[in-house]
Amino acid sequence: MSGNKIILEVKKLSKVYDKEVLNIEHLSFHKGKIYGIIGPSGAGKSTFLRLVNLLESPTKGYIYFKGEKIFLNDHTAALARRDMTMVFQKPLLFHTSVAENIAYGLKARRFPKEKIKARVEALLEKVGLKEFAGRHAATLSGGEAQRVALARAVAFEPALLLLDEPTANLDPTNVQLIEQLILELNKDTEMTIIIVTHNIFQARRVAREVVFLHEGHIVEAGETKKIFTSPEDPRTKAFVEGRMVY
Amino acid sequence: MSLLEGIIEAFSLILTLDPYLIKIALLSLQVSAVAVLLATLAGVPLGTFLGLKPRERTRFISKLLYTLMGLPPVVAGLVIYLLLSRVGPLGFLGVLYTPTAMVAAQFALAVPIIAALTMIGIRSSGKEVQETARTLGAGRFLTAWTVVRESRFAIFGAIVTGLGRVIAEVGAVMIVGGNIEGHTRVMTTAIVLETAKGHLELAVGLGIVLLFISFIINSLLYNFQGGGKGSVW
Ligand SMILES: Nc1ncnc2c1ncn2[C@@H]1O[C@H](COP(=O)(O)OP(=O)(O)OP(=O)(O)O)[C@@H](O)[C@H]1O
Ligand SMILES: [Mg+2]
Repeated sequence: MSGNKIILEVKKLSKVYDKEVLNIEHLSFHKGKIYGIIGPSGAGKSTFLRLVNLLESPTKGYIYFKGEKIFLNDHTAALARRDMTMVFQKPLLFHTSVAENIAYGLKARRFPKEKIKARVEALLEKVGLKEFAGRHAATLSGGEAQRVALARAVAFEPALLLLDEPTANLDPTNVQLIEQLILELNKDTEMTIIIVTHNIFQARRVAREVVFLHEGHIVEAGETKKIFTSPEDPRTKAFVEGRMVY
Repeated sequence: MSLLEGIIEAFSLILTLDPYLIKIALLSLQVSAVAVLLATLAGVPLGTFLGLKPRERTRFISKLLYTLMGLPPVVAGLVIYLLLSRVGPLGFLGVLYTPTAMVAAQFALAVPIIAALTMIGIRSSGKEVQETARTLGAGRFLTAWTVVRESRFAIFGAIVTGLGRVIAEVGAVMIVGGNIEGHTRVMTTAIVLETAKGHLELAVGLGIVLLFISFIINSLLYNFQGGGKGSVW
């Protein structure tokens, strides 16, 4: 495993809206690992993902992806987006068939037709929606839609996958299916995955390392086991024990 | 002639494909179709661009578009007249009192409608579509195309609304076209004239054709608003 290679790094990253909502001094992510970002509502978790995915510009600071500084407004954005992607909490599927949705990123990258077809079929199988290729995306249930969104995101095998609350509002079966998919993807392709979640149990189940964000700051980060069993900061302790009110 | 006779006569003109009536109806359709096509090429990109901008940064231009949407056709006609008249800045083109001038006037009426309704349609989900497309690695062009595609029902609706407005208007084409028989006479201006001359059968016949076209247009609109389901009927 190329375990020690840094794929993503942020330095002095800050985002100010009406007030500062994110301020991260330094954080790095290694290739092939699954990271969990946890923290109460409004902690800046989504903001962090949106900055990394170049949907928003930081007020200050830099993002390094595969060793290169990346910015929203220049050529580095296109390069970065080729190789990273994000699944939103409420994913938007395009008004077309399930298969067309999954093929979108492959078409954008001009994959040959046969390859697209093969990939889409394999993914449909993987997410348990083999019979759904021709179904219109608007007719899917929430859990099915979320699985299609995940399949669409990983179809082009990005090096970095950002997931914003991928299982919020889903039933336990779909939660389990999606968690399983995340673990499999990571194992099969060495995809680096950052998963933002409210659910501390989910972070515990899937993440190798956890970052605890609170009011825009990192309170504590490290091995999942350590964060959950012997947190250093009292706020972390309160949060992982479910005592932090939010 | 009684009203009933007029209506019967009107239907016979339609059913026998009276050349005067057909010619006028065709010119109407032609002028409005070209005007709306051009207005679509200008209005859809403009509306898409504006729809993706933050609301607070497009406040002024939105108000301007809404105002222009309600522009009285005679005023639009007057402005185009002033531009195209012999002494106007575009007088050298020599297109006043031609179908080209009528296309220009209807274009001016249709652009704000198409742009504004497109903008409203894009605003509802355009930003999310744009972010999703970008996130999946789409370039500029594919992203824009995806945004338009995802709002296609709203956009078709905008185009059809524009068509409905221009095909039914009379003031602008009257001023810049001049209602010249066989040259710039369209359904609405013909109705005005034939009614004034007492040729009610012609006026009613044209009125029925116009109503029918209007019905088709609004049926299409109704279907687009319902997400593209259902036939014209
Ligand atoms: N576009 C914006 N304009 C102004 N404030 C914003 C904007 N986006 C986010 N914020 C604010 O930034 C803070 C962090 O938001 P963010 O969405 O990152 O939180 P989060 O940790 O993802 O919360 P949740 O768990 O509820 O999703 C919040 O206080 C939010 O109101
Ligand atoms: Mg969030």
